[in-house]
Amino acid sequence: MVAMSGGVDSSVTAALLTQAGYQVIGVTMEIWPKDLIDQTPGSRCCGLTAVEDARKVASKLGISHYVVNLREVFARRVIANFCQEYARGRTPNPCVRCNRYVKFDALLAYARALEADYLATGHYARIARDEVTGRWLLKKGVDSRKDQSYFLYTLTQEQLRHILFPLGELTKERVRKIARELDLPVAAKAESQEVCFIPQNDYHRFLRRNMPGSLREGPIIDQQGRVLGRHRGIAFYTVGQRRGLGVATGKPLYVLALDEKRNAVVVGPESALYRPALVAGDPNWIAIETLDHPREVQARIRYRHREAPATVVPYAGDQVLVRFAAPQRAITPGQAVVFYDGDTVVGGGTILYALDEGKKGKNEDNGE
Amino acid sequence: MRRIYLDHAATTPTHPEVARAMLPYLNPEAFGNPSSAYTFGQEAKRALDEARDKVAALIGAAPEEIFFTSGGTESDNWALRGAAYARADKGRHIITSSIEHHAILDVCKLLEQDGFRITCLTVDRYGFVDPDDVRRALTPGTVLISVMHANNEVGTIEPIVEIARVAREAGICFHTDAVQTVGHIPVNVNELGVDLLSIAGHKLYGPKGIGALYIREGTKMAPLIVGGAQERGMRAGTENVPGIVGFGKAAEIARKEMPEVLPRIRHLRDTLIEGLTQNIPGVRLNGHPEQRLPQNVNVTVEGVEGEALVMALDQEGIAVSTGSACSTGATEPSHVILALGVPPGEARGTIRMTLGRDTTAEDVERVLEVLPRVIGRLRAIAGWRTARQCTGCG
Repeated sequence: MVAMSGGVDSSVTAALLTQAGYQVIGVTMEIWPKDLIDQTPGSRCCGLTAVEDARKVASKLGISHYVVNLREVFARRVIANFCQEYARGRTPNPCVRCNRYVKFDALLAYARALEADYLATGHYARIARDEVTGRWLLKKGVDSRKDQSYFLYTLTQEQLRHILFPLGELTKERVRKIARELDLPVAAKAESQEVCFIPQNDYHRFLRRNMPGSLREGPIIDQQGRVLGRHRGIAFYTVGQRRGLGVATGKPLYVLALDEKRNAVVVGPESALYRPALVAGDPNWIAIETLDHPREVQARIRYRHREAPATVVPYAGDQVLVRFAAPQRAITPGQAVVFYDGDTVVGGGTILYALDEGKKGKNEDNGE
Repeated sequence: MRRIYLDHAATTPTHPEVARAMLPYLNPEAFGNPSSAYTFGQEAKRALDEARDKVAALIGAAPEEIFFTSGGTESDNWALRGAAYARADKGRHIITSSIEHHAILDVCKLLEQDGFRITCLTVDRYGFVDPDDVRRALTPGTVLISVMHANNEVGTIEPIVEIARVAREAGICFHTDAVQTVGHIPVNVNELGVDLLSIAGHKLYGPKGIGALYIREGTKMAPLIVGGAQERGMRAGTENVPGIVGFGKAAEIARKEMPEVLPRIRHLRDTLIEGLTQNIPGVRLNGHPEQRLPQNVNVTVEGVEGEALVMALDQEGIAVSTGSACSTGATEPSHVILALGVPPGEARGTIRMTLGRDTTAEDVERVLEVLPRVIGRLRAIAGWRTARQCTGCG
């Protein structure tokens, strides 16, 4: 079964698998709330246009095509969480959750219901088998600019066993070329990068519409707790943000943290954005069974972040401590931190908070 | 593998004789415009009249009471708007039911914007509209009552005779959407006592794009489509002659074959219902066991997504639906199933199987053999998911 959005990547995925001799079933998910579709006529992803585009591609490839309604799980697991996280002063990553709960759980269940051996998507990532441990591995796509392994770190062994990422071995250029060669009706389409369910990418308006109750004004304070101004609700701010603070001082100020308890936006100089360590929760391990001792990794703290050398250490409860070789700019709670060993995803987790040097966790040396 | 089609409520395969009857009118030999004075036109007009006679005969109407339309949806639109606007000076209240087809409900919404007041009657757990509820909903301003003859999703046949009597006693125009019944069970406009009745050609093995509205002689009606004198000035536009000829043929065949087809399909329906509800745990019949269309089976399957079931059965060569067909393919829980009081969570596990004249005992047997297996598989996976999610709850 191939998840088809009507876009180039998933269309080529379906085409490649059909050519390779697989018996392919195309499926398009309907995940957006209905009112959003009405608001966004002609929207590319997930709306009616997407369904029609996917249907045309499927018909061209001569495969069956179905539409499945996953609105409920998407609303609950992705949209509701997105709003809650912002209300708590975090910056969530909805794509990670969509992969985790919608594509590779709810949709994968459909694939299994149809006795499909695999669910394939147009993600730029690769799956391999570790010959020694027998574990399924997640690796970066060969096109480093398009690599999407960051969004897939939550995949379990059971899920990986049933997934195909045929585009992982290809560059985007090559994928576009294949689309043109096969005369797929989507070859000329543009990319979409925004949060797919937010109209015009205006997430301020989206939050105002969807969670007006939790947007409370509050103080903007500096690191010493001095009030410098007022903010419109911590949900509207992100760590590392500089513009739009409305605070006039001599030096440029940046958002350092969002303090949910005090409903405060904490600001300071750019230098204070650099932090040497972080604590992440809800980890998932792919290359290893579990983290039982400190490991040297390359850690990525957001999608467009250059990986940084770090040590990842078991921490209190189910958490992990990540200590970077050099301080990292704008460690943002809510984003995913993903650990790499070369091209291989070791695992990842959700960033809970940044830590300063000196304040080392109690358990960090007990790992061994 | 023989493909099994069990969605006759969505549409029916064109009867081979229907296709044969239409052919001359698709070929250059008989292309005339029925409104033309010369022989080409007269030939087309004759074909039109013959078809009108056949459709009228099927429902016990006079030919002059049959007006051809583009299908059931247009007939419903016209019936409501035409009757409502023709009576707007007398009152602006309309009574209908919550389980009507969207061709009725959506028109009601538009009429509401135009200042009409709509009473949407609830139904009981079988989907029955209570004639006493209709009586109680009457107001001095009530000008139109519309209740479907049989529901397209759950197959419940409404007490139209009783509801029509309420309407008649109050002197109110009564419309019924009979798209699901005409050609399948005996329909007689005089026995039913209706003033307006909608029919669709493709639901009775006729072609798509053709239907009719029965308008009782003397019923005040405004046209919906204007711009020509066709259909006695009530429905403008050059007639769809091939479609009308096919529709007429389909009506003729339905009338002839009904005594044989109806009991046979009803028997297959009961075999299917019995096999599903007795052999598979957690399968419940929606609608009434007896007062239902002979071709309709509608069940809610616990612990299963209707969409997944449709997909899985399609891969086995069996075509069923989750309810009424939807343009996108995916469906929301049906408004009809919800109106019957099925909780939204369970409503999603609903599938409809509608039999046809070509359905065989072997087809039903095959479905009864495949379905338990598929349902078991889907339920096992649902369990697999639940179990997995719980380990992640922390």
